Amino acid sequence: MADHASPSGTGWIWKIFWILLVITTVEVVLGIIKPEFMLSPVAGTSLLNLVFIGLTLVKAAYIVQYFMHLKYELGSLQKAIYLPVLILIPYLTFILLFEGQAVFEF
Amino acid sequence: MQSEYGKMMMWFFLISDALTFSGFLTAYGFMRFRYESVWPVAEDVFTHFPGLEGDQPLLYVAFMTFVLIMSSVTMVLAVNAGHHLKKTATAWWMVATIVGGAIFLGSQAWEWYHFIMGDKGGIELANSEVWKVANEEGEVLSLSQLVHGMEHGHAANHEETFTTEEVVAAFKANEHVVLQSPGNGHPAKSREASLAALQGAEVIQGANMEHNEYGAQQFANFFFFITGFHGFHVFSGVVLNVLLFWNVLLGTYERRKSYLMVEKVGLYWHFVDLVWVFVFTFFYLV
Repeated sequence: MADHASPSGTGWIWKIFWILLVITTVEVVLGIIKPEFMLSPVAGTSLLNLVFIGLTLVKAAYIVQYFMHLKYELGSLQKAIYLPVLILIPYLTFILLFEGQAVFEF
Repeated sequence: MQSEYGKMMMWFFLISDALTFSGFLTAYGFMRFRYESVWPVAEDVFTHFPGLEGDQPLLYVAFMTFVLIMSSVTMVLAVNAGHHLKKTATAWWMVATIVGGAIFLGSQAWEWYHFIMGDKGGIELANSEVWKVANEEGEVLSLSQLVHGMEHGHAANHEETFTTEEVVAAFKANEHVVLQSPGNGHPAKSREASLAALQGAEVIQGANMEHNEYGAQQFANFFFFITGFHGFHVFSGVVLNVLLFWNVLLGTYERRKSYLMVEKVGLYWHFVDLVWVFVFTFFYLV
């Protein structure tokens, strides 16, 4: 395939590696010390959990965009991949988590 | 410019696989919210690190995550070398990727072993909730510490098994122990409520598909199923990588003047890493 837009050399690979490593380290450190101010309830969970989920999505984006090279694929292929996943998974998550809490009430 | 057929098909397979994993993980979330009060806290469950004594929460799984990220990096480097038709470099980066995958699989086997063997033991009440034994300070005691006393008992039960009768007798004899929930915040029952709850209770050591000493049974079932399914993906990836490595050595891709196959399997390998990023968050962090 002609990857005219994709970066050359190997420097970018190690840059992504360091980004992923730093994010993972931050997650592990937060998971061990569990800062008190991040544990208060927010949106049905805690600030800490929201931070974990946010960092996870950032990591996932780097893996998909750069390691899996999706950023440099055709726009139509990108849409065909992103749309089903980004619509269906949040939808399923929303339904099941709400049902999980509600199932107690019946 | 067109997208190459095989690569596109690999992407469509990965979409369906992503939806499968999201089905499992959201089902996990459903059960977790359903059984929130007795859902085990991950850092109480996965506390071992080879060669280290005492509780080391998150450390081992952080190591596993590092190994998988690293093997993803060596896979990108293999694909990159393939683009430049460098046979030897591609082969060596493939070797590194295979070694990373093998280390990850071994680590998973180690973690399963400790999960199955159990740590401190638990007590399954008549309503089938599993609770821990704790002292008045809220510190969880192992069954070994309960039966043999703090001085002679071990922090983990190791290979020793205990009968329900001896555990209940030790519990009644020691006035300073109560039942503690494995769930978030670890609320404890009063001494009287603890003694009453021991009626019809049963001692649980280790975890399997029927009993789980760490708390809610569903936790163990989902742990085996989701990390097992992911581990099977890693195993398949390692097999594919070995086949690929062999073909690189034979010069198959050199004759084709294209290492596109390395790129396609690379997509799969990164996907396995991607899934682990989510499993790591939802099983160990959140």
